[in-house]
Order: sequence, then structure tokens, then C-alpha cells
Amino acid sequence: MISVRFFAKYREQLGISTFTVAVNEIDPGKSTVATLKAVLAAKGDVWREILYAENTLCAVNQDLAGDNDVVASGDEVAFYPPVTGG
Amino acid sequence: MDVEVRVSEADFDVGAECVSLSSKTRQCGAVVQFVGLMRDSNQGDDVLTMELEHYPGMTERRIFEIIDRADHRWPLFAVTVIHRVGILYPQDQIVFVGVSAAHRHDAFQACEFIMDYLKTEAPFWKKECKADGEQRWVDARQTDQNALTRWQS
Repeated sequence: MISVRFFAKYREQLGISTFTVAVNEIDPGKSTVATLKAVLAAKGDVWREILYAENTLCAVNQDLAGDNDVVASGDEVAFYPPVTGG
Repeated sequence: MDVEVRVSEADFDVGAECVSLSSKTRQCGAVVQFVGLMRDSNQGDDVLTMELEHYPGMTERRIFEIIDRADHRWPLFAVTVIHRVGILYPQDQIVFVGVSAAHRHDAFQACEFIMDYLKTEAPFWKKECKADGEQRWVDARQTDQNALTRWQS
């Protein structure tokens, strides 16, 4: 299982903070952030807008990641808008 | 180098943090501290409260990593970073960055470096509650991104 987390505006727009994806939903052997995004984007327009927004950030296991980074069972993948702390 | 990172709802005592930073070594000749406060207005609107959300775990990791980069650029004795989360009110303290070094130049630069990267890399998000009751997420600012260029040359 891959644990997917959303934060801030995205968490509110989806009404979901944590979502679990079974690894077999993703093409085995080619499991990347991009394939995970494609699976999630199929869930609806809001999902697609969030996942493919130009400034959406992604982290895999709490390190910044890009579309080509590999995801595997047990990973935690987060999607979030640009940060505004400080 | 002594490093302390705290992310919590608790307020902090700047004086106590200064003592902590300056007492690590008798070589310490400079302590620079930055305190960020909540303003009562933003983009022309009165703001009553602000709610700070973060990504527990990743937030601390990113801050430690930023401090580590600062430590490689300047000779530092101690760094403390405190960031509050939860509901805050105007004039509340939000963030603290304190740096101690032998000389002021290193301490000033490292403090600004850490603050600039914290603003653009640490996963915190602010939501404002305006006086008219509307809630809105604060947008990231290009000026904060631009501030990084001076460290990248």
C-alpha cells in the first residue's frame, strides 16, 4: 500500500488528508510518481487539477520528488501547494 | 554545532533563547535573532486570526537540512529554529531563528539564509480568517523565491 497525503488547500478541496492506494493499481515495475498521479487523477476533475497544477509539489517519504521518482509499497507520498510559512 | 528545532503550538521566550545560544561557548561573539510576528492585515484586508498547518516530520527534516547547509557556509556555534503552528493572533510570535557565531557577519548572514530557505522550503501553510469572516489560504510570494538568488551565486 502507498499512503498518499494532501495538505492545506488541497486537503480541503478534496476533503481528504490521507488516502491509500494499493500497489497493484499501479503498473508493477514502473511505479513512479507520474503513474501514481495518473491513477489518482482518474478519480475526478478536482483531483486532476490539483495533481497537474504547475506549482503542485510532491514529496516521497518526506523528501521532495519529481514525476520520475520511484514509489513502492510502504512509501508515503504527499502532494501540497507552495509553502507559506515563516 | 548545537542545533535545536522546535515546531509546536507553544510560544517562545526570546530572552531565554538568546541566553541559550550565547552560553554554548566562550568563543561566542555574536548572536543574531529574527522573530517573525503575525500582522493584523494582509493585501488590504483586516486579519483576525491565522491558522498554521504543517507536515509533521518533513517540516523538521527540511529545517535541519537548511541549518546543515548554513553550517557548511559559515562557522557557527549554535542555531535554534522555532516555528509555531495552530491558531495565532495579531502580534503573536510565529517564527524564531537564532544564530551564534564568533563574528556578527557570519551570524547575520546565516540567520537570513536560514529564514529565506525556511520560507520557501519548509512545508508550512497559512490560512487567514478575515474580519468579514472569509477564510483564505495565503499564496506563496514570488519575492520570497527571488530572495534565494543572492545565496545561489
